[in-house]
Amino acid sequence: MKKLLAFFSILMKDMKNYYLKPPNISWGIIFPVSWTLMFFIRSSSDVDIRGILPGVMALSVLFGTTSMLAVTITFERKSRSFERLLLAPISLNLLMLAKTTGAIVFGIINAFIPVVFASFLANLSGVNWISAIIGVVFIAVTSTFLGLFIAVSVSEVFEAQTFSNFFRFPMMFLCGLFIPIEDLPVIVRPLSYMLPLTYGADILKSSINYNGSIQMWVSLLVLLGYSLGLFLISTHNIRKRWIY
Amino acid sequence: MNIIEVKNLSKNFGNFKAVKKIGFSVEKGEVFGFLGPNGAGKTTTINMLTGLANPTSGKITIAGQDGIKDIKKVQQIIGIVPDESNLYDDMSGFENLVFCASLYGIEKTVREKRAKELLKQFTLDSAGNRPFRAYSKGMKRKLTIAAGIIHEPEILFLDEPTTGIDVESARQIRKMIKELNEKGTTIFLTTHYIEDAERLCHRIGFIVEGRVVKVSKVNDLMVEAQQENTVEFAMDKSGSSLEKLLLSNFSGITIKNMTDHSIRISSAAEIELMPFMRFFDDNGIKVSEAKVIRPSLEDIFVKITGIGIDKLRKEKEGKKK
Ligand SMILES: Nc1ncnc2c1ncn2[C@@H]1O[C@H](COP(=O)(O)OP(=O)(O)O)[C@@H](O)[C@H]1O
Ligand SMILES: [Mg+2]
Repeated sequence: MKKLLAFFSILMKDMKNYYLKPPNISWGIIFPVSWTLMFFIRSSSDVDIRGILPGVMALSVLFGTTSMLAVTITFERKSRSFERLLLAPISLNLLMLAKTTGAIVFGIINAFIPVVFASFLANLSGVNWISAIIGVVFIAVTSTFLGLFIAVSVSEVFEAQTFSNFFRFPMMFLCGLFIPIEDLPVIVRPLSYMLPLTYGADILKSSINYNGSIQMWVSLLVLLGYSLGLFLISTHNIRKRWIY
Repeated sequence: MNIIEVKNLSKNFGNFKAVKKIGFSVEKGEVFGFLGPNGAGKTTTINMLTGLANPTSGKITIAGQDGIKDIKKVQQIIGIVPDESNLYDDMSGFENLVFCASLYGIEKTVREKRAKELLKQFTLDSAGNRPFRAYSKGMKRKLTIAAGIIHEPEILFLDEPTTGIDVESARQIRKMIKELNEKGTTIFLTTHYIEDAERLCHRIGFIVEGRVVKVSKVNDLMVEAQQENTVEFAMDKSGSSLEKLLLSNFSGITIKNMTDHSIRISSAAEIELMPFMRFFDDNGIKVSEAKVIRPSLEDIFVKITGIGIDKLRKEKEGKKK
């Protein structure tokens, strides 16, 4: 009970101090909106809008989550307030879950902003919303933990930003959303299959346009593996480097 | 009863040995101080005791629990005030306190009540709604201490609580430490101010270059210091030429702090002033004043650690880490 109280306090503090701050909200909205507009303007018909919806959703989550931890963790670490959390009588795992849950929730909300836009512009009947939501949640968790991994590997906020672009941009182009993986050069295809976003995007493609190419349970398993791995590496790094 | 027991505790940073096999214990209910110059290993020791650093070797027992393996249980009953005020800049004083209390699972009504009381106690009530970033250094330190005690810990760790803040805040903090201790909280603090060690602590551990060179009751140290009598003579000219003559005329004395216009004479026996006055007069030196010097902890510190007092006074050279 006490631990739960601490968990929610940390989560609410981050929400109030970081996620719900005007610059962050506007970034969270402007980003998906501009992506959406950019693609929608180029698309001529309904089918196209629905066709690119999985991509816009996946990228909104990716960009909305990965850089958040640079602020909520790297920045707090730099100002030393993070030490306060490390010294609190809650386990490191629970602490890191509290620090990441905000980003996950924020990422999920971000994913549905383009959906709201698309619902006015295209016919979205027949979409499997249940699996789409599951897909979004999994993408949000994986990319948040990727952000966590980055945030605990660096010591400056700008390093975290730069480092996350190092992951984000290749993922954007290699995940099969805009260029189908079959059309990529053979040598980069294995790389595509190493990136978690490929699997998340595939779930969304299956749910929205029924054109995914990987079995859903495989994708979910891969994303689960990535999430677990990234989380464990991150907490291990914190134990080693921050509790020095 | 010992509430903290430390045995053979060491911490290496790579090849550098910051803390070297130290051992000491803190009794329940006392104020124990670590006194030593910058870089001695005080913060590193506190970090190991509170769970922010992993010891390289050694054993820590706090309130009967393993302070390394069961640190999360230990953290429930300890409060920590770091050497830098590290609360949240964007949150108000009140919000900061309430948040810190919630980390210990204290329910809303209780933590809000305590936060208000603490703000009042530290004369911060008018600043309670201002953001932390707008606080002065002294106010920040006070709020950081309030945040460290809001969950009513059994043991409070304070790392250099009075360093680098205004006199009035430092005074309030000392008063607060005393009151807290009177109510039963065990206190472990570090300082490089002898005055603080003397005024606040029951016992002091002297730490130099990663080693605890002596642990002693402050009272005992003062008694020890009083074993020596010192008189300072103020004179119209230098007495340095008389040094040899002084030593041969008066047995059992030592001469210290010879300056152009003063001389300090110490002896284990009581010092009679008249023979000295006559001696100086005979040698053509006018003595304008003779005063008995109260022995200070400073002298003892120098004697025990063998390092100059100026080194202790020196403030932090550059930031590390
Ligand atoms: N993280 C660290 N890495 C390397 N050396 C360190 C680290 N922390 C402290 N030190 C070194 O250990 C010594 C003791 O430091 P510290 O415990 O902070 O001293 P104090 O608090 O007594 O001033 C210093 O020489 C300091 O430079
Ligand atoms: Mg220190």
